[in-house]
Amino acid sequence: MNDIEIRSRRAAARLAEEADREGLLDVAYGFADSPFGRLMVAMTPRGLVRLDYPDRDVDLSLQALASEVSPRILEAPNATDDVRRELEEYFAGKRRRFTVRVDLSPVFGFRRKVLEQTARIPFGSVSTYREVAERAGSPRGMRAAGNALGSNPVPIVVPCHRVLRSGGALGGYTGGLDRKVTLLRLEGVLEG
Amino acid sequence: MALTKRDAAGKKRTQAAAHPPLEVAAQADGRARRASRIPPFQSFLDEHRMLVYRFLLGAVGPGEADDCFQETFLAALRAYPKLQSADNLRAWILAIATRKAIDAARGRTRRPEPVADMAELLAEQARPHLAVEAEGVDPLIDEPLWSDILALPPRQRVALVHRVLLDRPYAELAAAMGCSVDSARANVYQALKKLREAWTNRERH
Repeated sequence: MNDIEIRSRRAAARLAEEADREGLLDVAYGFADSPFGRLMVAMTPRGLVRLDYPDRDVDLSLQALASEVSPRILEAPNATDDVRRELEEYFAGKRRRFTVRVDLSPVFGFRRKVLEQTARIPFGSVSTYREVAERAGSPRGMRAAGNALGSNPVPIVVPCHRVLRSGGALGGYTGGLDRKVTLLRLEGVLEG
Repeated sequence: MALTKRDAAGKKRTQAAAHPPLEVAAQADGRARRASRIPPFQSFLDEHRMLVYRFLLGAVGPGEADDCFQETFLAALRAYPKLQSADNLRAWILAIATRKAIDAARGRTRRPEPVADMAELLAEQARPHLAVEAEGVDPLIDEPLWSDILALPPRQRVALVHRVLLDRPYAELAAAMGCSVDSARANVYQALKKLREAWTNRERH
């Protein structure tokens, strides 16, 4: 790394703070460690807008945010401190409820209602696709509810892992079934 | 089949809805309100920060390069969502940087005193752009010469940095400076002429 590389990198890092002060930072992102690896955390002024498992491509994710929310996107680790801390506590078994606000504004209609209902399922308990669909206003919308949960932009915090099949089978999961099992064990729903 | 039943309309329904594969779901959800090809600002910044910094270092000197860099990218960030196309983002950011550099140079009294690490920094950036790779002292890092460059009128200095240090063609230079190719050429010419004069005068002393 030469000097211009270092200096321009430092100046670029400072830009996020300046942009935030001027109200020009629409999406700030950073990374949080987890038992699953490094999660990408994206915030808007309204709250957590995206939480990605490590196997999702960061560039694609940011590109999606650029068109769905705003292209004013900068890496700003400070802006993600609260989420990082709460996730850390959650994975350490010291937190049962997230207090960070969630920004579901890029999600519309029934999908959004499904996510809102899912957000109300408490730590340590589970619901079913049928139940969530019902509460979201469409008793026959199980499959659509499954789709909505499958594309949950903020897994873990909006706990789609707490939604199972009616018969008690696990169903699917955004980040792979192993992760669903890990989260349900952490919450004491499944035996470890 | 245990998992299938018939509802009132006689339609077959699958009782258990499983998650679809994630990528499919993400695409189905793709409610892009506009087909924006504008990249996330961070990618744009990553791609152009070194070029802009190198330009500003030459155009305003290390003392003000940082502030000018912030002003340049903040101005870009402000206008960013209104951009119609992602073509030629490099020319766009260079034009903003050029404007900021000229403003900065105009807004202060001349300070032809080169900062200590100037020579070192410029040596590093000048080398790949120079055809001459002479061993020993590179004339471009000679400090008196740099004090002469910093003493040039803003537009001439900016033109010189674009042309000589960054090796940009005149058309690009004109676009960045918001002037004609002839005018860009004239600015570089005047800058070089002044530098030669200063250089020659110095040799006489």
